[in-house]
Amino acid sequence: MPRNSVTKTRLRNGLTVVLKSVHTAPVASFWVWYRVGSRHERTGRTGSSHWVEHMQFKGTAAFPADSVERAVSRVGGVWNAMTWIDWTAYFETMPADQIDLALQLEADRMVNSRYTNADVQSERTVIISERQGSENQPTFLLSEEVQAAAFRVHPYHHEVLGDQVDIETMTRADLYAHYRAHYAPNNAIIVAVGDFKTTPMLKRIRALFGAAPKRDDPRLFVRPEPIQRGERRVQLEGEGQTAYLQAAYHAPAATDPDFFPMIVLDSILAGASSFNLFGGGISNKTSRLYRALVLTELAAGFSGNLAATVDPYLYSITCAVRAESTLRQVEAALDEEMQRATAIPPSDDELAKAKKQARAMFAYSAESVSNLGFWYGFAEILDEYTWFTNYLERLDTVTAADVQRVAQKVLPNSNRTVGHYIPAGA
Amino acid sequence: MNTSASTGMQSLPGPHNITRHTLPNGITVLARENPNSPAVVVDASIHAGSIYEGRSHAGLANFTAAMLMRGTRDASFDQVHERIESVGASLGSSCGVHTGGFGGKALAEDLDMLLATAADIVRNPTFPADHIERLRGETLTGLAMRAHNTRAMAALTFYEALFGGDHPYGYSNDGYPDTVAAITRTDLKQYQQKHYGPAEMIVVIVGSVSTQAAVKLVEKHFGDWGNARQPPRAPAPAERALNGSENRRVQIPGKTQTDIVLGFFGPRRSDSDFQAVRVANSILGVFGMYGRLGQNVRKKRGLAYYSFSRADGNFGPGTWRLIAGVNPEKVDTAIAAMLAEIDRLATRLVTPTELADSKSFILGRLPLQLETNEGVAGTLAAIELHGLGLDYLQRLPDQINSLTRANIRSAAARLLDSKKYVLAAAGPE
Repeated sequence: MPRNSVTKTRLRNGLTVVLKSVHTAPVASFWVWYRVGSRHERTGRTGSSHWVEHMQFKGTAAFPADSVERAVSRVGGVWNAMTWIDWTAYFETMPADQIDLALQLEADRMVNSRYTNADVQSERTVIISERQGSENQPTFLLSEEVQAAAFRVHPYHHEVLGDQVDIETMTRADLYAHYRAHYAPNNAIIVAVGDFKTTPMLKRIRALFGAAPKRDDPRLFVRPEPIQRGERRVQLEGEGQTAYLQAAYHAPAATDPDFFPMIVLDSILAGASSFNLFGGGISNKTSRLYRALVLTELAAGFSGNLAATVDPYLYSITCAVRAESTLRQVEAALDEEMQRATAIPPSDDELAKAKKQARAMFAYSAESVSNLGFWYGFAEILDEYTWFTNYLERLDTVTAADVQRVAQKVLPNSNRTVGHYIPAGA
Repeated sequence: MNTSASTGMQSLPGPHNITRHTLPNGITVLARENPNSPAVVVDASIHAGSIYEGRSHAGLANFTAAMLMRGTRDASFDQVHERIESVGASLGSSCGVHTGGFGGKALAEDLDMLLATAADIVRNPTFPADHIERLRGETLTGLAMRAHNTRAMAALTFYEALFGGDHPYGYSNDGYPDTVAAITRTDLKQYQQKHYGPAEMIVVIVGSVSTQAAVKLVEKHFGDWGNARQPPRAPAPAERALNGSENRRVQIPGKTQTDIVLGFFGPRRSDSDFQAVRVANSILGVFGMYGRLGQNVRKKRGLAYYSFSRADGNFGPGTWRLIAGVNPEKVDTAIAAMLAEIDRLATRLVTPTELADSKSFILGRLPLQLETNEGVAGTLAAIELHGLGLDYLQRLPDQINSLTRANIRSAAARLLDSKKYVLAAAGPE
């Protein structure tokens, strides 16, 4: 895939456009990314970015909700949206000859969404249900507590879904104000990947999106997290028979030079994983933590999670504790591995393996235009699309000494929050 | 059909671009080259599913499949996984009701290694005792987690209630704490020795490898495999009569949401109205934002966070399920709304627009489903397993387009009845 085949431009109203032709299948994926997520929410309005995403499916005068759903589905398209701490993204993946519908729809709802009171009320119950469904999972409850303890100041403090009380009390005016403040061409990125010609696609994007009015840049709510001075611990009691442990370490942001060594460290500790929300990870049974936690029969399973984020976020390890072992034993085994990673640099084999795994996962994700659309947009939010296209090269330059240095920075206990979920039925 | 649609159909997998070859030992290989991707996907089915284990040994087939990766005559657990993971490949063994098998992917340069490892795990597993106990412990923890998962418990309870707890489609093939605790090393070894073999095995390879090379590699690693003990394929199980409705509730105190499965027997994959059921189900709970259920249960009435339906066909009777996650206080209202939709679909004609929409959706979705190597491999495996014919995708447009509104209503009326259903709900009360 030649790198120069990506076209990036900026329209006069500030809209960033990234286009990539891929002619392997008669399909195309169209994405609009907004630089707004739960990190931009103040107390009292937590969850507004996610709720706004729901409201964006409620239709406009030109595209009433039912007619859009129908039009996209009729041609076999898929469309969806996702909200995360740093961003909100909308996409349609369609047979290539139908992709214009996605352009029309997204240009329209960037500006013209209705936000009726009735829709706000019915969506309130849907979002409360979504929160209740999440609360059914002990690991959701645990990570919500850990995240809140890890971020005292930064708005990464709260869950994307928002706090229950805010979902209950937010008004139509709150949501509409959030939409108006953040949904503007100068705060958005368009990505199109698939079976189309770049020149007519760009012309069509100019025609449909060029008229969207530029708005004042949103006044962002940014409160950097002060340095953590000592380990924090939270304990949570709940239903079930299984105990869970989560250890979350403050980790470098995606644009920090230390982020790429951190990717290698994560691969070595917890196995290779993809940042892509569509999955694509491989098994982790030769990772250090699998050997230390699962082969020793302390944990039934574990996962490592490194997120690529705008501000420094968390590197977290979550374990399901086996009935015959204890949280304390699992934590001790975890501590030992983390100390080893800081004391000794990884072997050449471990380094080479992490790099080859990344290459394979890149190849897998390139099979799908939706995956590629995700990657280009995600990289633009974090930095530039070249963050993605240069990813393997940058990973290749990581040395064993880099990995050890980053481990020494990230993995000390004083940099982490440990959460214990203690089941009532144990 | 217009020109662009028929061009689209030409690019789909079909007799003109799939190689199908049966080896003397009974393995059928299906291969399709995709030069656009540097990767290759493998998907293999063996008739070693849980239908051969029996309720008293629930979980044995799955336990056996999971143990295949835990050590072989030539390689330890660590060595098996090091080979796979060190090149960023994946390989997993798993098992369903009829078939088990393995699936994986790798960069094309590692396909030979992937197939060599796959052959080693299915042909030469050693079932190391320490790994049996380790895996048993992990499985028992998983079953304890399942007992507190409302979605999983609603599904489990539904299948037990619909088919009956001893039916191969009824009980859980992950097993239960008592059956998993009782499985011995001898059980596992014997299950593998008896049921893993090349008879009617299917291997699908899709990706950056020529179809001849793919067939050769399967011959190289599996061509000399034989198993004289392998029994004939199990007959498809029967369904039982549903005399009235059955209502089961699983109480899991402390939960905040109730998950519901409300359903019926579905079609067999070989039933002549299978595609009519598929279209009917699309109208009920798939099309757009989850069809009529999405409109009337989730959206209009705000009763549920999610609400959709699924119709699955198998060798034996399938299932047709309406699934929802609701506030515990709204369970009865949601069930009433779901039953009203069942009545409407079984007694009244769908609108011409609804029918046209769902036909167009099912056919229009094909290019997306077949975009990736995995999508193509899964489709080819199903085509072979159910004997649908290599030209299945080419024939599908006519099959779907010829369906009438009356066909949809008859298919729904044959299977759905708002007075005879099985309901499973798991939640706090």
